[in-house]
Amino acid sequence: MTQKPPAIEVEELSFQYDDRPALRGVAFSAEQGAMFGIVGPNGSGKSTLLRILATLLRPSNGTARVFGIDAQSRPRAVRKTMGVVFQGSSLDDKLTVRENMQFRGRLYGMRGSKLASKIDASLESGGLMERADDRVETLSGGMRRRVELSAALLHEPPLLLLDEPTTGLDPSARHAFWEETARQKKDRELTVILTTHLMDEAERCDSLALFHLGELIALESPDEMKRKMGCDVVSMRAANASALAEELSARFGMRCFCSGNEARFNAPNGREWVGRLLEMFGERIDSVAVSKPSIEDVFLARTDYAAQPEDAA
Amino acid sequence: MGVWPIWRRDFIRFYRQPNRVGGALGAPLLLWLFIGAGFGDAFSPPADIEMGYLEYFFPGFIALVVLFTSIFSAMSIIEDRREGFLQSVLAAPVSRAAIVTGKALSASSQALAQSLIALIPAFFFLDDFSAAKAGYILAALAALSFGLSAFGLAMAWRMDSTQAYHSVMNLILMPMWLLSGAMFPLTTAPEWMSWLMRFNPLFYAVAALRSSFYGVEEAEALTGVSTVWAAGVAIAFGLVGFAAAVWAAQRPEA
Repeated sequence: MTQKPPAIEVEELSFQYDDRPALRGVAFSAEQGAMFGIVGPNGSGKSTLLRILATLLRPSNGTARVFGIDAQSRPRAVRKTMGVVFQGSSLDDKLTVRENMQFRGRLYGMRGSKLASKIDASLESGGLMERADDRVETLSGGMRRRVELSAALLHEPPLLLLDEPTTGLDPSARHAFWEETARQKKDRELTVILTTHLMDEAERCDSLALFHLGELIALESPDEMKRKMGCDVVSMRAANASALAEELSARFGMRCFCSGNEARFNAPNGREWVGRLLEMFGERIDSVAVSKPSIEDVFLARTDYAAQPEDAA
Repeated sequence: MGVWPIWRRDFIRFYRQPNRVGGALGAPLLLWLFIGAGFGDAFSPPADIEMGYLEYFFPGFIALVVLFTSIFSAMSIIEDRREGFLQSVLAAPVSRAAIVTGKALSASSQALAQSLIALIPAFFFLDDFSAAKAGYILAALAALSFGLSAFGLAMAWRMDSTQAYHSVMNLILMPMWLLSGAMFPLTTAPEWMSWLMRFNPLFYAVAALRSSFYGVEEAEALTGVSTVWAAGVAIAFGLVGFAAAVWAAQRPEA
């Protein structure tokens, strides 16, 4: 078996916006064929990293290699290996679906009947044939995303970059987008690198790179991440959850998060807390539950979610 | 690679938005008619040339149509960037020079298409309209529109608002057009103004355009510069504009 170079290999990567560091000495690699997730709060450097990998930004320091090709010295060779779906639309609204695909295909050096038949096949498999000659401005948000995905994969790249690809989609459109991505990933040996805020998308990944304030603070599989928490999550429903959270934080020195009418904290032996909480707060609590941590819990615990990106400097 | 699809896409957009055609054509046309007819009596051509003001003003009007359309079309790069379209182009394996070339060619061919409509009145007062003359006129217009488009792209590449672009362009291009000899000849302008005109690349482009309309002799008498020199400066302006646009596009993004 020959040694395959990693799909992505990043060393000592830094990026500086005017006076603000966005990435500080990041190093990691992503295997071929993996679904690799980049997660972290806003301002953690996810999008900057993705833009460097897509050769849209030059790193201030360090190197990024895609399939062993240096992104800085050979950007065009790198671009050929990847399809990119950006967070916002990158289609031309005034052009039809097919015209957009033609445009994209030609940019990647495809032409003539080969391009036409590739577009047909791609529209067919993406379930877009019926809308092929409609202008993009008439499509729903979910449909547009699927066009973006088909356009990004038109030149059959081995790597797909997705930058928060399902932002603003309703759950069923999101589901359809992921069905399609999963199918494409299976059909060919596609490596997928994605940034996301959505925990169910993070759960789909083989590996998760957790970013915080421009640094890579964890690189593990979702299961490992959850296991490493080594604790349970205790959550309570209560009418006045925020007061409850404050009281618990003050008395036990734990970090107790509150959202809506739910307060939650992490504890090594969650079960022991159930009785204690009921004893302490009694009527004030509607329900108590103990569970294993979700990816969201890991996320909250490890990124100090409350800290604002301004604190970075 | 990359030039043709970019040109094509822009041209499809152009003919799908017909109101743009009207806007860039209507304003100069009204200007030509009203100013041309209103000033008519006050105009006295230099030397012993027989020419009405509407006829004198005509190449200036065509230049203004080309200017409006080129600059407006070049502005689309700002919209492409804001709407996110540009990022998919930048992420594709095409060079920045190819993107700029495609954009400049599409903007200038839109301007050329536009000016073909604007040229219709010329049939009525150009007495010796020949294929060769039409060829000269189109060549002069092509050079002018490519230069203006490239210049517009160089300015627009870094900008993120179309308003800012508009105001900068008004500030730079309107005076350039006013001092281009479009409305009055250099030979009858006050001394200080004639010097400003001599340093205005647009003056040479309009002078070259005049030669294509009236013939070399009459045009040279009007403008006071040789046609070869005028055409040379106009082409040089286009090349400098293009180089500036390529340079702007190749600087690393912040």
